[in-house]
Order: sequence, then structure tokens, then C-alpha cells
Amino acid sequence: MSVNTTDRLGTRAPSRAEPRRRGRGVSHARTGYLFVAPFMLVFLGLLVLPLVYAAYLSLFQERLIGGTVFAGLDNYTRALTDPRLLHGVGRVGLFFLIQVPIMLAIALFAALAIDSGLLRVAKGFRLGIFLPYAVPAVVATLMWGYLYGQDFGPFAQLADKLSLSPPKFLSSDWMLGSIANIVTWEFTGYNMIILYAALRAVPHDLYEAAAVDGAGAIRTAWSIKIPALRPALLVCLIFSVIGSFQLFSEPQLMQRLAPSVIDSGYTPNLYAYTLAFTGQEVNYAAAVSFLLGAVIVVASYAVLLVTTRRSRS
Amino acid sequence: MFRFQHTSLRRRVALAAALVLSGSLALAACGGGGDSSSDQPAAKTVSQADIDKAMSTPTDLTFWTWVPNIQKEVDLFQKKYPAIKVKVVNAGQGGPQYTKLRTALKAKAGFPDAVQIEFQYIPTFSLTKSLMDLRPYGAEGLKDKFVGWTWQQVVGSNGEVWAVPQDSGPMGMLYRKDIFDKHGIAVPKTWDEFAAAARKLHAADPKVYLTNLAQSQAGVWLGLLWQAGVKPFENTGADSVKVDLNGAESKKIADYWSGLIKDGSVSTDADFNDQWYQALNRGKYATWITAAWGPVFLEGSAKATSGKWRAAPLPQWEAGKNVSGNWGGSTTAVVQGTKNPIAAAKLAEFINTDPESTKMFATQQFLFPVTKSLLADTSFVDRPLPFYGGQTVNKLFAGISDTVDTKFQWPPFLDQASSDWGETVGKSFANKTDTSAALDQWQDRTTKYAKNQGFKVGQ
Repeated sequence: MSVNTTDRLGTRAPSRAEPRRRGRGVSHARTGYLFVAPFMLVFLGLLVLPLVYAAYLSLFQERLIGGTVFAGLDNYTRALTDPRLLHGVGRVGLFFLIQVPIMLAIALFAALAIDSGLLRVAKGFRLGIFLPYAVPAVVATLMWGYLYGQDFGPFAQLADKLSLSPPKFLSSDWMLGSIANIVTWEFTGYNMIILYAALRAVPHDLYEAAAVDGAGAIRTAWSIKIPALRPALLVCLIFSVIGSFQLFSEPQLMQRLAPSVIDSGYTPNLYAYTLAFTGQEVNYAAAVSFLLGAVIVVASYAVLLVTTRRSRS
Repeated sequence: MFRFQHTSLRRRVALAAALVLSGSLALAACGGGGDSSSDQPAAKTVSQADIDKAMSTPTDLTFWTWVPNIQKEVDLFQKKYPAIKVKVVNAGQGGPQYTKLRTALKAKAGFPDAVQIEFQYIPTFSLTKSLMDLRPYGAEGLKDKFVGWTWQQVVGSNGEVWAVPQDSGPMGMLYRKDIFDKHGIAVPKTWDEFAAAARKLHAADPKVYLTNLAQSQAGVWLGLLWQAGVKPFENTGADSVKVDLNGAESKKIADYWSGLIKDGSVSTDADFNDQWYQALNRGKYATWITAAWGPVFLEGSAKATSGKWRAAPLPQWEAGKNVSGNWGGSTTAVVQGTKNPIAAAKLAEFINTDPESTKMFATQQFLFPVTKSLLADTSFVDRPLPFYGGQTVNKLFAGISDTVDTKFQWPPFLDQASSDWGETVGKSFANKTDTSAALDQWQDRTTKYAKNQGFKVGQ
């Protein structure tokens, strides 16, 4: 951190910053800590401490009758054999495998399209595709919930006019797809902005060299832009792993529309929430949350491993 | 102002009824180490002199409630006892408030002196020793002011008085007279007539259902059990509970409804969401099986259908009988650990028994009354409601209130039981599968949960 700071200073005023760094290393270190202190305090107080406390809680069992007893790893063994939790993890895993490639493909395509310079209304297009990200997830879900409506939603009414049977967006077969659609709508723009920003950082001489070699727009995109985007895509992918496995607000809100389809174990986060606030099983919920965290770490690591291996070969 | 109250009431009921549990995600804050439960103070009667002294000593009370504009009733209390200052706090409606209350009780700080608790949650909170027994403050003397069954709801297994009733929801049936007339359907008096009418109506117009039995609404199911005299839960001791969710009586009711659902004569849409409001407005359901707070609620949420509705008692299992159940309703309780138990107990007593205050609840907040005097008050019961074609709906429900079985009990873990209901019985409605088997599942899950929580479970 402190090195970074001086480097930045260095680029602006090299003659002054260089000797200072050497002469007053200790006090500089102190200044560095001072600078990161606000962040570290919040980080420790609002993230690390609650985590430690939750870990502590997960080792106990508090019952309505009989109070709190030390349970060791009982909560964890119960979670590992809990079919509702396992189904939930399986479901979000499936969600990740299907939704994320579609979303990233659309985001990549949109970023390349804007970057190509062939669009006339690139700014309007960029804003339009990004706008859903600015809509809070709750509002987005309520809105889509209305659109999906079985009897009075616009699709249902259109189908009614054409005397077709209305699409069953909220049935158990379609629900995961319906949620995937909402999430894609919400987050494509976000991923597109990351990819587009990365594209802007590709040095222009590469394009010129490609043009000299006779490459067209598509060839340039395939051979230069997409390889250059690999680190950015990886960032998007990791964010998506975390987002998918922590799926919560969309199913939680859709639960009111289709309570028999989305049960309390529909996603692992929803399950932990229900355990804590409906069943008052706070300790078990803490254990479930920790296991979910472990699943996310493993999944993220697997993604990293697969992608780096592929780039090596 | 009226409109505002309607929406507030709607939100209140919707939230309470749908058992929506949201609130802050302060998961960590909700846990906590074990604490030895503080012992109940001996139920020693407080003398009138002590009461007089407490009521004339300057005191600050905090009162958590989500009844809109309750300040008016509280002002009456403050006028009578100028030394007591009450701070009214809306800490959320239903679920969110209970979550906050549990958290504050755990933290042993920031909890209110008096709090609104729904009937069905009294055992949940009395079990955790969070409520004060109001007997020492003369609460037993209030018994005769209240409708019998509402009083039974606040009395504990050892005769404790855990709260003072505020409003109730005896169940009846609201129906669309225009739809009934169009298809020549008479108002069903028994559930058999109801089933015949349901099949006839749906055959005549496949887009209309005689009623909607919401797949998300455990409250209605329990209310229907209540009407049939079923006792799904009984608190048999401090650490033992009887759970009987799949007995023969329950199965009979389950078979009845699942028959109607399977042949498509009754719909099972989730309630209190947009789809449901629209369906009510557009006449998809010809009846709504609801509670005494339903008439005013419907007036606010199905404006397009004004004048078309009428109210009737619930159909009966036995012709000629006249019984009903209850869905919803609240009380005012005093929180264990308050520094001002006398003042808080008197607040609970005053706002729910003072004639002026209770009448205000009934006419301004549209809470359905629980006091005998108000249910006999002609200015309340004889008021015609234009939304119901001028019918005196209050009179009808006042009559129904007398027919509610007094012995129905709630489990000390209602949130979990309701949630499990939705995932077993409610699900079977939605998927048109065997409801009887779903009852077995519900029994199984609830029993398992109770045992896991340390209860001795009987059947």
C-alpha cells in the first residue's frame, strides 16, 4: 500500500518523492497504516468480527426448551446430510452452469459491438443495456413477477387474445429459467461495462498491426480482442460464481407469487435465512452459511484452475 | 385519511397473514449465549395504593405496535394519567416486529414496556418467558368484559393472563351476490352445498371459481380446523406439546378440499399478491373465506366491485349447527423485564377496555372488537356498509364471534409450523396431489422440529 502511494506521488513529482521515501521509511509506514485504518476498522468490525462470532455460534445448539449446549460439529454433519440444503446447492450449481455462460456471451457480444465503432447510437445502446443494473433487484423482481403473472400478466393476456394457453412462467419446470432471465436482465449490463472498459485498454497499435496484416473486424475481435479480455472475463466469471451461489432476493420475492414452487430450501441462502428467522435455528443457519461459503471458495477456485489450465495449453 | 388507513390495514393484514418474515439480516445479532431464564416474580397482587402511586409518578413508557394512528387511543390514556408519557413506536408489522423484539430481549436492552402481539404468537413468546403475567395487576377482573374465546386465547396453561385482547377475526364468508344470482346459486349453508355450488359454478363458467383456497395461507387452514373443532396443537406443559395435524377430522377436511381442487372447481392461488388482488377485482373468485377484518380490507382492495358483495356465515359441517373459527387478531402484552410493569399493564388494560378507546379502534382503525359491550353497541353493529349493498356486516360478524370455539390453542413454534404447512399441505393444493399424504408429512416435519427443539411431543 505505502509503496503504491509513493509510486503515484513519484510519477507526479519524481524529484521530490524519491529521496523522501528512502529517508523516512518508518514514518511512511506509519502514514500508510493511518491511511488504511478507516478501512481496516470497518473491515474488522463489520466483516471479520461477525464472521468469527458466526463461526462460534455454529458450534452450539440453542433450543427453545433446554437452552444452549455445545454441539461441536453436529450442525455441520447435519448440514452435510440435509437433503434440502444439498438440493439447493445443486439447484444454484445448475443455475450457474446455464445462466452465467448465456449472460457473459450476451455481455461480451454487446461490449464488442459497442467497441467496434459500427453502432451509430453506441452511447444510447450502452446506457440502455446498463440501465437494468441501476434498478434495485427488488424492483426488478416485482416488475418481472407482474410480467410473468399467470392470469393477468401481459404475456398471459396476449396468449388469451390469441386463444393459446398462457406460458407457465411460475410453474416448477419454468421457475429456474424465469429467475435466470431476471438475473440476466439485471447483470448483463454490469458485465458488459467491465468488458468494455477492458477493451478500451487494449493498445491501438495491435489493431493497426492487425489491419496491416489484412484482418477484418471479426478476425480482429476473435484473435485480438477476446484474448485480451481473458483477465476481465475471469473477473466477471468469479463474480458470477459468487452471485449465483448466493442467489437470494429474486427467489425470496418470487416466493410470494409461487409459494409451492419456491420452498424454503430453494437456494442455500434462502434456506439459511428461513432457518434463522422462521425456525429460530440460528446456530444451524450459521453452520449452513459457513458451508455455503466453503462451496463458493471451492467453486471459485475450480473456475480459476480450469481457466488457467486452458490458457496454458 | 380513510384511504390511508385502508392501505395501512391492508399492509398490516397482508404482512401478518402471509407470515412474511423479513427484517434486517443481522444474523449474528440474533444469536447469543445461553442465559439462565430470569424467574417469574411471584404472582402477588399489587395493592391499589401501589397502583395509584405508580400511576401518579412521572414515567416514560415505550409501546411497540403497528396499528395505524394508535396515538389517538394512547392520548386518551395520557389524558387520564397525565404523569405517564407513552412513546409509540412502529417496529414493523407482524414478523419483522417479532424478530426485533427477540433481538432486543436477547440483548437485554432496547425492548419496549408494552407490545402488540397477535393471538397466535402468545405461546411463542410466553414460552421464552418474554411476557409478564398480568394477574397481579388486576387483569383477571377484565375477563367478563371480553368475548369468551378471545379471553381464552390470552390465558396460559396455569391460568396466567399474558395479554389483553385488542381485536379479532372470527371467520365468515364474503360472496359476490351478482355472480350467485347470475348462475342461480343459493348461499350455501353447509359444506356439502358449498361443494355442489362450486362444481356447478365452475361448469357454468370455467373462468370463475366459487372460492380460492390459497396455497400460501396456513391461517385459513387453521381457521377451518378451528371451525371443525379440531385441536391441532395443545400445550400440555411447560416443555410438552401435543401435535395432531393428521387426525381423522383433519383428513376429512383435507379430502373435502382436495376433491374440489383436483376437479378444478376451486383455485389455489397464493393470496395477498398482485395477481390475487386483480383476481378479486375482476371476479375470478365468487367468495372469499375470510375473517371479520376482511370486509373493510376488501373495500380497500377491490374497489371495482363495490356494491356486489354480501357477507354470510361460514358453511357448516352439520346442517343446523352454527360454529366458526378465527383468523387473525391482536393483543397488547407487557414485556418481561420492564421497569414499569404497573403503568404498562394499565396501558394495556385502558386502551383495550375503555369504552371511548375501544370504540375508536372499531370506527377509526376498523379493528374488529373483542369487548362484549361494543359488540352489543347498536351504533357499531347497525351501521350499513354500502360496499355490501347496505348490509349490516358488523352485526353478522358480531353474531359469528359468539360461535367461535373457545378451546383452540396455538403451538409455541407457529412460524415453523406455518412454513412447513406451505411446503407440504399448501404444495399439495398447488400440485393437485394427495392432501391427506401431505398432512402426514406436515405432522412428521412439525414433530421432528419440536423434538429437535427439546419438546416432549405427544399425539
